[in-house]
Amino acid sequence: MIDWLMHFVLKLLVTCRDILPIVVIIIGFQLLVIRKPLAHPRKTIIGFFYVLLGIVFFLEGLDLALFPLGSLMAKQLTTLEFLGVNSLDEVSSWQAYSWVYIFAASIGFATALAEPSLLAVALKAEQISGGTIRAWGLRISVAIGVGFGLALGTFRIVTGSEFYLYIIGGYIIVMIQTRFAPKLIIGLAYDSGGVTTSMVTVPLVTALGLGLASAVPGRNPLLDGFGLIAFASLFPIIAVLGYAQIAQWLNRRSLSSKP
Amino acid sequence: MFNNPFIKQLFGSFLDLAPILAVVLVFQVLVIRQPIPDVGNLIAGTLFVVFGLTLFIQGLEQSLFPIGESMAYALARKGSLFWLLAFAFCLGFGAAVAEPALIAVAEKAANIASNGNLIEQTDAAKAGYALGLRITVALSIGLAILVGVLRIIRGWPVYYPVFFGYVCIAIMTSFAPVEIIGIAYDSGGIATSSITVPLVTALGVGLATSIKGRNPMTDGFGLIVLASLMPTIFVMVYGMAI
Repeated sequence: MIDWLMHFVLKLLVTCRDILPIVVIIIGFQLLVIRKPLAHPRKTIIGFFYVLLGIVFFLEGLDLALFPLGSLMAKQLTTLEFLGVNSLDEVSSWQAYSWVYIFAASIGFATALAEPSLLAVALKAEQISGGTIRAWGLRISVAIGVGFGLALGTFRIVTGSEFYLYIIGGYIIVMIQTRFAPKLIIGLAYDSGGVTTSMVTVPLVTALGLGLASAVPGRNPLLDGFGLIAFASLFPIIAVLGYAQIAQWLNRRSLSSKP
Repeated sequence: MFNNPFIKQLFGSFLDLAPILAVVLVFQVLVIRQPIPDVGNLIAGTLFVVFGLTLFIQGLEQSLFPIGESMAYALARKGSLFWLLAFAFCLGFGAAVAEPALIAVAEKAANIASNGNLIEQTDAAKAGYALGLRITVALSIGLAILVGVLRIIRGWPVYYPVFFGYVCIAIMTSFAPVEIIGIAYDSGGIATSSITVPLVTALGVGLATSIKGRNPMTDGFGLIVLASLMPTIFVMVYGMAI
C-alpha cells in the first residue's frame, strides 16, 4: 500500500512537470499580452487539477490494460497452434497471418467510425459543401482508410519490407489526388489523418505493432515495431480525397443528366 | 442524474473504448478461443483508463479549452503578428509536452531502444531518451503551428507547406539511421491526439473567421497535417544527433 502510494505521488509529480508548460503559457499570455484577469479562476484551477489526476490514472490504466491487450492479441494471433502450421518455413510466409490483417483492419475501422471529433468535422464538411459531401460518406471513407492503412501496416511488419517505400508511395498518391480534388475539401482531408489517432487508439496500435514485430520470426521491434500510426494517419487522407472526387463526379453527372 | 456533466463524460469515455473492447472480445470469443490471462488486471486497467480519460477531458473543457479558444480569438483581433506567432509556437509546444499518448509511447520507444542497445540500459538513459524525444516533437509541433498560422495569414494554398514537408521527409529518410525511422514517422500521429487537435483547430478556424477574405473551410483546416509532418523531420534529425 505504501509502495503504491509512493508510486502514485511520484507519477503525480512527473505529470505536474508535464502540464506546467501549457499552464504557464496560457496564464502568461492571458496576463501579459491580453492583460485581462482569468474569467473563472476557481473553475480553471479545479480544471487543471482534474487534468493532472486524469493523466495519472490514464497512464496507469494504459500500463495495466491497453498496452498488455495489444501485445496479447499480437501474441495470440501469431502462435504456431493458432496459425495451424508446424514448420518454420510456413511461419515466414505472409499468407499465414491473415487473421492479423483482419484484426488490424477491424480495430482501425471500428475506432475511426466511433471517433467523436470526426463526427463534428464530418457534419461541418456536409454543411459547407452544400450537401455534396455527406457526413456519413465522409466517416465511412475515413474508417475504410484507417482500416486499410492498419492492415497494410501489419502486412508490412510481417513481410519486413521497407517501411518508407509504402509511405512515400502514399505521399505521391496524395500529391496527385490534390491536383484533381475539389479545393474546398483539401484542408479537411489533410487533417482527417491526425484526427483519427486518438488517445486510446495510439497505445493499443503501438503495442500491437511492437508485439507483432517481436512475435514474427526474423523481425526486430527496434526496426519493424513502429510505423502503424503513420499508416493510420496517411491512408484516411487518400480515402477522403478519393471520396470527395467521387462525390463531385456523381453530383456533376446527376446534374448534367437532368435537362 | 444523467444531466450531470461528469456522468455524461464517463459514459462518453466508455464509448471511446467500446469499439476496441468489442473488436477484441469478438476475436477472443470467435477466433482465438483461448482464455485471457490476467483478466482482473485488464478490467482494473480499463476502469482506470475510463476514469482517467473522463477527468482529463472534463478538466480540459473547464480550464484549457475555453481560455485557449478565447485567447486565439483575442489575439487574432489584436492583429499583432509577432504575438500571434509567438502564441502559436508556445501553444503547440505546451500542448505536445502534456500529450498523454506521447508520454506513454516515448517511454515505450525508450525501452525498445535500450533493449536494442541503441542507448545504455539504465533508467536515467531511458528517461533522458524519452524526454529528448518528447521535447523534439514538441518543438517541431510549435514550429508547425507557427508555419500553419503564417500560411493562414498570408493566404497560401494549404498544399504548399505539405508538399514541401513530404519532399523533406523523403530526402531525410535516406540520411537518418534506420532505427529511428519508424518512431519518427509515427511521432506526428501520436502527438496530434487529445490536447493538440481541439486547441489547434480552434486557433485555425478562429483566425480564418476573423481575417477578412479568409474562408474557415479552405483556410481554417490544414494545421493538424503540418503538426503531423513536422515531427517526422525533426525526430529524424534527433536520431542523427544522438
